[in-house]
Amino acid sequence: MQWAHLRESLRTVVGSEGLIEPYEARKVYECDGYTLERAVPELVVLPASTAEMCAVVRLLHRAGVPFVPRGAGTGLSGGCLPLEAPVMIGTSRMRRILEIDSLNRRVMVEAGVANLEVTRAVTEFGLHYAPDPSSQAACSIGGNIAENSGGPHTLKYGVTTNHVLGLELVLPDGEAVWLGGWVDDVPGYDLRGFVIGSEGTCGIVTRAILRLLRNPEAWQTILAVFPSVAAATSAVSAVIAAGVVPAALELMDRLIVQAVEQAYHFGFPADAGAVLIAEVDGHSAAVQAEAEAVKKLCLDAGATEIRSAATERERAELWKSRKRAFGAVGRLAPNYCTQDGVVPRTCLPEILQRIVAIAERYRLRVGNVFHAGDGNIHPILLFDERDPQEVRRVLEAGREILAACVELGGSITGEHGVGVEKIAEMPLLFTPQDLIVMQALRQVFDPEQRSNPGKMFPSPGGCVEVARPRRQVPV
Amino acid sequence: MAEVAAPHTKMRAQVPAARWLECVHCGLCLPACPTYLELGTEADSPRGRIHLMREWAEGRVPLTGEVVRHLDLCLGCLGCEAACPSGVRYREMIEGARVAVEQSYQRRWREALLRRLVVDLFPYPDRLAILLWPVRLADWMGLGPVVRKLPWVELVPLPLPRKKAAAALVPARGARRYRVALFRGCVARVLFPQVEAALVRILADHGCEVVVPGEQGCCGALAAHQGDRDRAVTSIRAVLRVFTEPVDALLVTAAGCGAFLRSYGHWTEGTELQERAKLLALRVRDATEFLSSLKLLPPARPLGRKVAYHHACHLAHAQGIRDEPVRLLQLAGAELVRLEEADLCCGSAGSYNILQPQLAQRLGERKARNILASGAEVVAVGNPGCSMQIQAALRRLGADIAVLHPVEVLDVAYRESTA
Repeated sequence: MQWAHLRESLRTVVGSEGLIEPYEARKVYECDGYTLERAVPELVVLPASTAEMCAVVRLLHRAGVPFVPRGAGTGLSGGCLPLEAPVMIGTSRMRRILEIDSLNRRVMVEAGVANLEVTRAVTEFGLHYAPDPSSQAACSIGGNIAENSGGPHTLKYGVTTNHVLGLELVLPDGEAVWLGGWVDDVPGYDLRGFVIGSEGTCGIVTRAILRLLRNPEAWQTILAVFPSVAAATSAVSAVIAAGVVPAALELMDRLIVQAVEQAYHFGFPADAGAVLIAEVDGHSAAVQAEAEAVKKLCLDAGATEIRSAATERERAELWKSRKRAFGAVGRLAPNYCTQDGVVPRTCLPEILQRIVAIAERYRLRVGNVFHAGDGNIHPILLFDERDPQEVRRVLEAGREILAACVELGGSITGEHGVGVEKIAEMPLLFTPQDLIVMQALRQVFDPEQRSNPGKMFPSPGGCVEVARPRRQVPV
Repeated sequence: MAEVAAPHTKMRAQVPAARWLECVHCGLCLPACPTYLELGTEADSPRGRIHLMREWAEGRVPLTGEVVRHLDLCLGCLGCEAACPSGVRYREMIEGARVAVEQSYQRRWREALLRRLVVDLFPYPDRLAILLWPVRLADWMGLGPVVRKLPWVELVPLPLPRKKAAAALVPARGARRYRVALFRGCVARVLFPQVEAALVRILADHGCEVVVPGEQGCCGALAAHQGDRDRAVTSIRAVLRVFTEPVDALLVTAAGCGAFLRSYGHWTEGTELQERAKLLALRVRDATEFLSSLKLLPPARPLGRKVAYHHACHLAHAQGIRDEPVRLLQLAGAELVRLEEADLCCGSAGSYNILQPQLAQRLGERKARNILASGAEVVAVGNPGCSMQIQAALRRLGADIAVLHPVEVLDVAYRESTA
């Protein structure tokens, strides 16, 4: 009875178009880009403004009902899986760009605006929004903030937290607060920074003030083919050691290069062991010198072929091989699972060897795409979801890869977040005390733990085995 | 909790099980989907629809009115296919689903009647012409703008062109370079005969002999989009019977027809028609595609008007024709202006604006607002459905902007040069 009352109250706030009740229409919200675990929300609410959001969250607060925030559902760690929360709140109807301040290079947007829409809206001023996750055409700014998203160009320009000046957060009791603001470096604790990357466990971000960057005056994109990943990674280290900070440094290994070649015919040699894409940008004089330096260092490291681009068309052509890598891999097997880990740059050859060994042990095929400059690896494990044994092996192999990353002094996630996927790995990286402190901080914002419960932290008892059986493997 | 349905054999028969696995649920299709942009609901996005279709096919969700509603709301614009990094064949999925829906779902009588009317009236030029008599009469009495405020009637171009019989054969002026056949389209020939006339003029002037078989009917797209496979195949059979003469190309001015003609092979799979259907599909060329391959000379006086180009979905997404119409406009000497969301569906989508008027109207107005903001004096559109929809939306906003086919724009430029 109380549930029916809540539903009707929500309807008066968001209208019928903003309330999704039928089972079939809710079913499609059962997972995001991470499809190995699924849960159907009992109700999906789509507020269209901060005011509606506050009213919705306030109603849930009074009823004591937990909720899960959702942006565009492009996440890769199940961050918006409604596991312990019956109500899902989406930001897909909050898509307005509110204010462009081109002179001070700032923009205020609603949380549902897609990442690429921000750049599109300010292109006429010669500006752009720097963080560029692969899903940038679709993923929302709110989701980027929840995950502290990165992308190929974060090596030089940083991740989401470096580009969000302020944000409006609707607390789990329905009150909206601004953290940070229009200017840099607000005195006091950096609560803005705390919320960025908190994966929706502090409330729901509804608006954000973003920093914009001037488009570089010039750039050059270089693609180098190497006989082995080891040769390519030594080129990466040499480039960084030489003091060049490329805007992007992307690496693909043999399996990926072959998949891309088979699907799109870029003319890579059949025996290519790795392809490195480097992009330098800035003032034209500097770009010229840096590009020459990168080319020379690649040749010194054993590159067998170098292509470069300085027009938009050629650049798109070079990037195509990288941007289409995932699609091409999709043609090799019915399914793939993209892992996300970080190691110190110098450990790239070693982690790669370990990944190959782990994959062999679990009888899996694996390819690798790296954001090589910051040591962010993306092993892609191929499988067939109709084979439950293989699915289990994929999950276990992924876990071992992450453990290896931690052993080498790295981390369990570079940009995909913890969500539900990596809850079990949190204790690898943090001590029980670390996790207790983090959860105590979360209590400040969400004392009843109603905002995105069951994410990021192992459940009370903090034991890996508790989290494990919950993984639903579709058969 | 979940209702359990028996695995749905009708749906399974339409789409091979392995197709579903091609979608990795990445969501890159979301911003390319007009209904998702308007509604913000996952079930009205390509990813959501694929999810629903798969759940239905695999028996985890029954085929309910709710499922049908979300599938019906798909425009079939295929913007998602262009955005997909994994090469998902959405078109085959949704078209298959539509056939399976018609085979297994009982629609309410009003809806069924409306859908029936669409396939019983529009594909027949004579019936459509009779249906238009009251509008013609109203126009003659000077009530054109008034009756254009009525639903459906608003889609009829104002002024309504006179019916014209096309010559069966138009000889080339000068030496003959090509021999081409013209596919007239059922709605296009009644409502946009001037486009056909413009195309024939340009072709004849540039050494093409044009064959126009008299008995031709509908290509079958309207029936196919409604999931009426039998009727679609009947239309295909008739088209194959009519177009037998050897020609260099089969030209089409309606993007919707062109896209469907090109998919004849798929629709006749497993029938005795397939071989011939595939051969015919290979000769299909959009009018803009063929003209831009002819190396035409520019008109003596450039057109010099501000023109915005709207990408018809069935040209840009279904046939990958994006540059050719623009090249014709450049050739005509038009001043091209930037149109925001140029390749987002206008809401016409075949008979969508009749079956789903509310969403169609929202998308039409979104398109019209973008056109107004572009500062264009003329909108060039390569599909009759889009033309009608955009004219109606512009009229609602009180804007006086001409909507022309790119071929008409070029023809105007040629004629103004010689006048």
